[in-house]
Amino acid sequence: MHEHDVMSGVITPETAARPLDPAYRVDDYRSSRLRSPRKALIVPPAGLTELTGPQFGSGDVRDTDADLTMHGDGEPIGERIIVHGTVTDDYGKPVRNSLIEIWQANSAGRYIQKDDQHPAPLDPNFVGAGRCLTDDEGHYRFVSIKPGPYPWKNHDNAWRPAHIHLSLFGRAFTQRVVTQMYFPGDLLFFQDPIFNSIRDEPVRKRLISSYDHSVSVPEWATGYRFDIVVGGRSATPVEDKGA
Amino acid sequence: MSTDFRYPQDDTVTASEGLTPSQTIGPFFKFALPYDLGSGVVGPDHPGAFRLYGQVLDGDGQPIPDSMLEIWQADPNGDLVSTPGIYDEPGGDRFRGFGRCGTDEAGRYEFRTVKPGAVPTVDGHPQAPYVAMAVFARGMLRQAVTRVYFDDEAEANAADPLLSSVEEERRRTMIANRVEDGYRFDVRVQGADETVFLDVFAR
Repeated sequence: MHEHDVMSGVITPETAARPLDPAYRVDDYRSSRLRSPRKALIVPPAGLTELTGPQFGSGDVRDTDADLTMHGDGEPIGERIIVHGTVTDDYGKPVRNSLIEIWQANSAGRYIQKDDQHPAPLDPNFVGAGRCLTDDEGHYRFVSIKPGPYPWKNHDNAWRPAHIHLSLFGRAFTQRVVTQMYFPGDLLFFQDPIFNSIRDEPVRKRLISSYDHSVSVPEWATGYRFDIVVGGRSATPVEDKGA
Repeated sequence: MSTDFRYPQDDTVTASEGLTPSQTIGPFFKFALPYDLGSGVVGPDHPGAFRLYGQVLDGDGQPIPDSMLEIWQADPNGDLVSTPGIYDEPGGDRFRGFGRCGTDEAGRYEFRTVKPGAVPTVDGHPQAPYVAMAVFARGMLRQAVTRVYFDDEAEANAADPLLSSVEEERRRTMIANRVEDGYRFDVRVQGADETVFLDVFAR
């Protein structure tokens, strides 16, 4: 899985444009044009600083943080969903006690953030931010409302497919990843330069969750599964340190 | 990439197994990720606490107001924290090693931290003290990562294996400058003075 184990030296723009992650510069995504590094990345000597990262415990989250439908005075409007999955490393081992933060638009496609200008209604009962820790099996579970698609100004008649943003720490600074989870069968994929910034289609499709009837709760919510694999080197996991 | 914003999708293609790729943090993360106490890597009473601050600038030299920085560093002894807790208040003289700060409308950020002790490479070579920094922003499809060194560590910096491997005129883009109340470090994500960014991910 480690496509290059080079520990120091300059890598070229070609090798930096790894098939896994999007390039920094994707001209179709307009705001990347002035915000994309252009010089070759440098592989630093491996140091413990980057091979470690913040650790998390039960004090970092409350149980209600993972249920985004409970953050207002009443029930938010929309399709109630359960989003769950596992976080593993690239050796298939569960990543335990790792923080996942999520954020999203409401069911009408509007973010609560005040600079979201989309003229869709805000939902007084929905904020759209949550967090949880993975359990001993690396499993996580959120309850939320299915976000709506929303327009943006990247190109004419541009719409973001419905998505939930996720931020993961993994075990180390090198495993940190911020990504977006999409929904199966979305009809807006074909015109979205952010989703399609991942050129390799089988890799891109890792970002599409699957409908999971086994976690749908009768009379209450539909379930989606989104498994996450974090990679990159890390120091020995804390829980293995002779504890 | 097409110019008419039509990217063919093949319904018969299924996802391959492997690492989850990155996507941009987008424009609307500030209600969710940055938090009031996030910029405190140390409590206000920690000996030697100072401001580490600066601006995040785009390829035209314009401030990036919708970016977020995270830093991670060793304590003054060169030890990395392994106790939990990033959301609670780093009160008193506590050191937690992690900081997160969104930029304001002028692209400014500010952390309260201390100078880390030196951490050698895994091969045991000495390195100068540095803070690891990740830059997230709307328009960045994945984070950019750099190191923040300190300009009053001239001797250690001169011997640092990363700094000495970088062209001399670019080294200063990774070095924070001592100012009256701390250190200033600007991030230029693109352009002639582009910050040296690192590939630490090996993925």
